[in-house]
Amino acid sequence: MKKSGILPGFGISLGFAVTYLSLIVLIPLSAVFLKTATMHWGRFVETVTSARVMASYRLTFGASFVGAVIDSIFGFIVAWVLARYSFPGKRIADAMVDLPFALPTAVAGISLTSLYAPNGWLGQYLHPLGIDVVFTRVGVVLALTFIGLPFVVRSVQPVIEDLGSDVEEASASLGANSWQTFCRVIFPAVFPALLTGFTLAFARGLGEYGSIIFISGNMPMHTEITSLLIVSKLEQYDFAGATAIASVMLVTSFALLIVINGLQARTRKFEETR
Amino acid sequence: MSSSVSSNPVRGRGSAITRWTLICVALLFLIVFLVLPLASVFVEAFAKGWQTYLDSIRDPDALSAIRLTLVASGIAVTLNLIFGLMAAWAISRFSFKGKNLLISLIDLPLAVSPVVSGLIFVLLFGLHGWFGSWLDDHNIRILFAVPGVVLATIFVTFPFVARELIPFMQAQGSDEEEAALVLGASPWRTFFSITLPNIRWSLLYGVILCSARAMGEFGAVSVVSGHIRGETNTLPLHVEILYNEYNFAAAFSVASLLSLVALVTLVAKKIIEEKAGLRGGRA
Repeated sequence: MKKSGILPGFGISLGFAVTYLSLIVLIPLSAVFLKTATMHWGRFVETVTSARVMASYRLTFGASFVGAVIDSIFGFIVAWVLARYSFPGKRIADAMVDLPFALPTAVAGISLTSLYAPNGWLGQYLHPLGIDVVFTRVGVVLALTFIGLPFVVRSVQPVIEDLGSDVEEASASLGANSWQTFCRVIFPAVFPALLTGFTLAFARGLGEYGSIIFISGNMPMHTEITSLLIVSKLEQYDFAGATAIASVMLVTSFALLIVINGLQARTRKFEETR
Repeated sequence: MSSSVSSNPVRGRGSAITRWTLICVALLFLIVFLVLPLASVFVEAFAKGWQTYLDSIRDPDALSAIRLTLVASGIAVTLNLIFGLMAAWAISRFSFKGKNLLISLIDLPLAVSPVVSGLIFVLLFGLHGWFGSWLDDHNIRILFAVPGVVLATIFVTFPFVARELIPFMQAQGSDEEEAALVLGASPWRTFFSITLPNIRWSLLYGVILCSARAMGEFGAVSVVSGHIRGETNTLPLHVEILYNEYNFAAAFSVASLLSLVALVTLVAKKIIEEKAGLRGGRA
């Protein structure tokens, strides 16, 4: 099946890649499902739908959703500004967008907690207004907003750059005002990429751990995320319980991965037809 | 009417207000959400002065955490780099069945949450895991020991080099390498004088992203490490322990080292993007 007879190393490179992939990723991952399969079905259902676990799903999915929505709104504005305008400090702002990728999540977690604590830089102004962030669900949303931002900006920014200002000029010269231009021309073109960014931020939020555990306070039924529940089951040596919940999270992530691949394929197709 | 049909309607007066409003909203958002958290790390780190800062970093447990972080990320980056080169070579230079499946499977670890990434190694090597009793009989420790930390780090950073190299090498094609081989260069010579120089920026980019994630990984490592001070603690885990002991100045001092690594990563990433004309945002 070689494309060209002259290039060497097909066997060894593919062999190494597949072996390494199997040893590091595929076999270990299959352990989760095989371990879950040994569980009694009734006990599995009971574990993954118990009240405390359900509360953690609601928080994890809800907070990831709200965080991804906030990221989509502000990420769009940030991407637009970076793609279209020039202003002092633009290169620094552009580089800073990737900070949540580069900053370890535990560091993000403790610094957000100290910022929003009642005596923190921002907390001291929010606390008198009755807005408490630390040890509440607001804190969880905030941490997830931080983590998800680069996904939206980096999905949307190249599409806005490629769009060029000529379509807006064409739209304006045909008599559209700027709001109409935005709603009818720009937004539909950027929407597939925005949806991809939203889904990436949402998917990342579901599994997030380090940035949340410090700010959330980890109160069962209230501010306990699913990842933390897996860790506490492990600490109580409840391997079956931890694995059951993990398999639910894994199936969700894989389903989202398929959705994301579909969205990205659609975005590419859209780009090519333009 | 005539004003709206000017040669460049985007730069009208109305849009100047829109433009500056949007720039201010974007910058304010970035400052509140990104700059303030980063700045607070350094301010909190020096809250009790230089001496406390230096003492927290020179603490034997901190030094051992630095060492373990460097060892684990060094091994993870090296192995994933070799894998990335092998996978990218096979995928970009040959056609074979199941290629698209292979590309998708390489990205799989990115979809797995950090805690679950750690859990899978507990299931394999824990006392009740697949290999647990065998390892125990032979007195080999993987879980709650350095090998577990290294394995978890390899898993979470698995795709980083490969996913930079694969699209880059696919776009590049193999004409130059074929020419070199036809002209009689050995495979190794072809690799070192043609392939490697061509992919160097893309390779470096992947290595930088891979190292940043390897040094900062928290969830997966926290599940497998067992948090043994001076032995299996990486820097992020050391930060957590200090923080949970209410030793905030020390926690932020150690965190400031990781933040410096993050800043260096951002600068290096930006430089490579501009130098090599890569478009940012892949991570």
